[in-house]
Amino acid sequence: MKMISTILTSSLVGASLFLSVAGSAIAAGGGGADLEHFTPVRTDKSLQRGAKVFVNYCMGCHTADYHRYSHFARDAGLSDTAVVENLIFTTDADGEASKIGSLMSNNMTAEYGKQAFGAVPPNLALTARSRGVDWLYTYMKSFYLDESRPLGANNKVYPQVGMPHALADLQGWQVPVYEDDGDGGEKFVRFQQVTAGSLSADEYDDTITDLVSFLDYLGDPNREARHSLGIKVMLFLFIFLIIAVLLKKEYWKDVPHNA
Amino acid sequence: MSKPSNLLSWIDERIPLTNTWNKHVGQYYAPKNFNFWYYFGSLALLVLVLQIVTGIFLTMNYKADGDLAFKSVEYIMRDVNWGWLIRYMHSTGASMFFVVVYLHMMRAIMYGSYKKPRELLWIFGMLIYLVLMAEAFMGYLLPWGQMSFWGAQVIISLFGAIPFVGDAITLWLRGDYVVADSTLNRFFALHVIAMPLVLIGLVFVHIIALHEVGSNNPDGIDIKEKKDANGKPLDGIPFHPYYTVKDLVGVTVFFIVFFAIVFFAPEMGGYFLEHANYIPADPLKTPEHIAPVWYFTPFYAILRAVPSQFGGVIAMFAAIAVLFFLPWIDRGPVRSVRYRSNAYKLILTLFVIAFIVLGYYGMQPVTPAGTVISRLCALMYFGFFVALWFISGDEKTKPLPERVNY
Repeated sequence: MKMISTILTSSLVGASLFLSVAGSAIAAGGGGADLEHFTPVRTDKSLQRGAKVFVNYCMGCHTADYHRYSHFARDAGLSDTAVVENLIFTTDADGEASKIGSLMSNNMTAEYGKQAFGAVPPNLALTARSRGVDWLYTYMKSFYLDESRPLGANNKVYPQVGMPHALADLQGWQVPVYEDDGDGGEKFVRFQQVTAGSLSADEYDDTITDLVSFLDYLGDPNREARHSLGIKVMLFLFIFLIIAVLLKKEYWKDVPHNA
Repeated sequence: MSKPSNLLSWIDERIPLTNTWNKHVGQYYAPKNFNFWYYFGSLALLVLVLQIVTGIFLTMNYKADGDLAFKSVEYIMRDVNWGWLIRYMHSTGASMFFVVVYLHMMRAIMYGSYKKPRELLWIFGMLIYLVLMAEAFMGYLLPWGQMSFWGAQVIISLFGAIPFVGDAITLWLRGDYVVADSTLNRFFALHVIAMPLVLIGLVFVHIIALHEVGSNNPDGIDIKEKKDANGKPLDGIPFHPYYTVKDLVGVTVFFIVFFAIVFFAPEMGGYFLEHANYIPADPLKTPEHIAPVWYFTPFYAILRAVPSQFGGVIAMFAAIAVLFFLPWIDRGPVRSVRYRSNAYKLILTLFVIAFIVLGYYGMQPVTPAGTVISRLCALMYFGFFVALWFISGDEKTKPLPERVNY
C-alpha cells in the first residue's frame, strides 16, 4: 500500500505541476558551499531522536513556538508522560516546567539574544520551509574552526554567522581545505577534521539526519495526513469523473449534430 | 398547500422564482458548440464561492495584528481542526482563480466575445479582473511573512512615483510611513468585506449582461438569427440540463488538479506560497529578491522594463487599461479567430508569447539579458493593440458558416 500510495502521489504531483516546470530555488542566503541533497526521514524513531537533539542542543537559544509538545507526542508515537519526562526542559514565565500542551518556546529574551550573538536566534519551526532541508543539512555539517570569529566558529553555508557550533562536542572541529583554482584564487574543496568529537563522522551524519528530519517535521507536521487524505480524495474524484462523463454523454445524446 | 407545485405557485405569485430560473438556467439557450475554453466561466464562479467559504472559516482564527498575524496562521495550520486544509484551499484558490480567469479572458479575446453587443460584458469582466487583483494583493499581506510585507512595500511605493502627490498617496494607502500594523488592519478589512462585496456585485452584473445578449461561441456567429417554429435558436440548447452536466465534468477535472495541488504540492514549488513567506515580516531586513506572486509578474516585468520609475508605473497601468478598450481597438467585423486573417493569428500568438515570457522574467532577479527580453516583450504586448487596430480596419477574413460547427 505504501508503495502504491507513493507511486500515486508522485504521478499526481507530476501531473499537477504543469505550472512549475522550471522548479524554483529556495533563497539560500548566500554562502560559498554547494548544498548536499537531503531526503527527510519520517519515522517515529527518527523523529524521537531528532527531537532529543533539538531540545538538548538547540532549544536553549532557538524556539519552535508555533508547535506544541503534545502535537509532537501524538505525531511521534510517544505518550504525553514520555515527552514530559524526557523532552521538556523548558520553563514557562513563572519558572514552572512547560506543560505538555504548551508551545515549544524558551525563556531567552530577544535583547539577550541580540547581545550574545549579534542577532536574535530565529524560531526554527519553519526554517525547513524557508531555507529548505538541503540547506539545513549542509549548514549543520559546515561549521569550522575560525579564531577570528567571536565564538570561534564560522560556517561555509552561512559565512560570518552569529551562531556558535552548538554540536562541536559531537562532531569535533574541522577546518576547510583550499586548493588553487587555477585562476590565481583558491577554492574550498573539503573539510579536514582537527579534533575528534564524541561521535564518528558517520554517527554525526546520522544525528544531523535525525535533526533535520525533525526540523522538516516541524515545518510541515501534517504532510503525511495530507497525502493520505489526498489519495482518498483523488480516488473519489476519478471515480466521480467517470460518472460525470457518462451522465454528460447520456444527456448530450439528444443534441443533434449539424451536417 | 401540501403539494410542491402548489407551494411553487404560492411562491411564484409573490416572487418571480420560476421566471428567474427559466430566464437564467432552465430556458437560457446557449450555443451547443462550446468547447474546452468555455469551462472557465463557471469554474471562476466556483473558485469565487470556494474562496468566500474558506475565507470565512479562516477569519474565525486569523488575527489581523502585526504581532499576532504570522503566528495565528501557524495556529490555523497546526492547532485548528482541518485548518491546514482550509488554508491551503484558500492559498491554492487564489492562484487558481487567476489561472481560470486568464484562460477565461484568453477565450474572450480568441473568439471575439468582447465585440458588439458584448462590450459592456467585457468591461464588467475587466472590472472584475481589476478588483480581483486588488483582492489578491491585499490578501497576500495578511500572512505577514517577509514576502507579504516587502511585496506590499514595493507595490505601494510605486505610487510614490506619481509627481507632486506621490508621497501623500503612499502615506494615505499605508496609514503609516512604512507598511505596518495599520496597513495590515485596513487590508484585512478591505480583503474580507469591501472587495468581496464589490466582486460579487460585479459578477452579478457580468452574468446579467451575459444573459441579456446571450453567449458567444467558438464560431463567433449569432445563434439568435436562426430560430425554429417556437422561436428557440436552432443551435441553442437550454443551459440546464445540458451545460450543468457538462460543467460538472469540468468541475471534476478542475477539482482533480486543484486538490492535487492542495494535498501534494500546496507551495507549488514556491510559486503559490513563496519560501520567504515562511519568515515573519521584518521591516529591518530586506529579502535578497522580492518578486510578486506569479499572477502579477507580467505587469511587474513591464514596470521594470521601462527605464524611468514613473514611466514604468504608467506602462504597467496602461498594460491593464488598454484591455478595456479592446472592443473599440478591434474594428474587424468577424469575431472568432477561426475566420480571421493570418496576420491576426500571428499577432495574437505573439501577444500570448509576450505575456508568458513577461510573466517569467517578472519572477527573476534583474539581469541585462532579462531586461532586453522584457523590453522586447513589452513592445510586443503593446504592439498587439496597435497592430490590431490597423489589421482589423481592412481585414481579409474567411466566410462565416451558416450554422455553428458541432
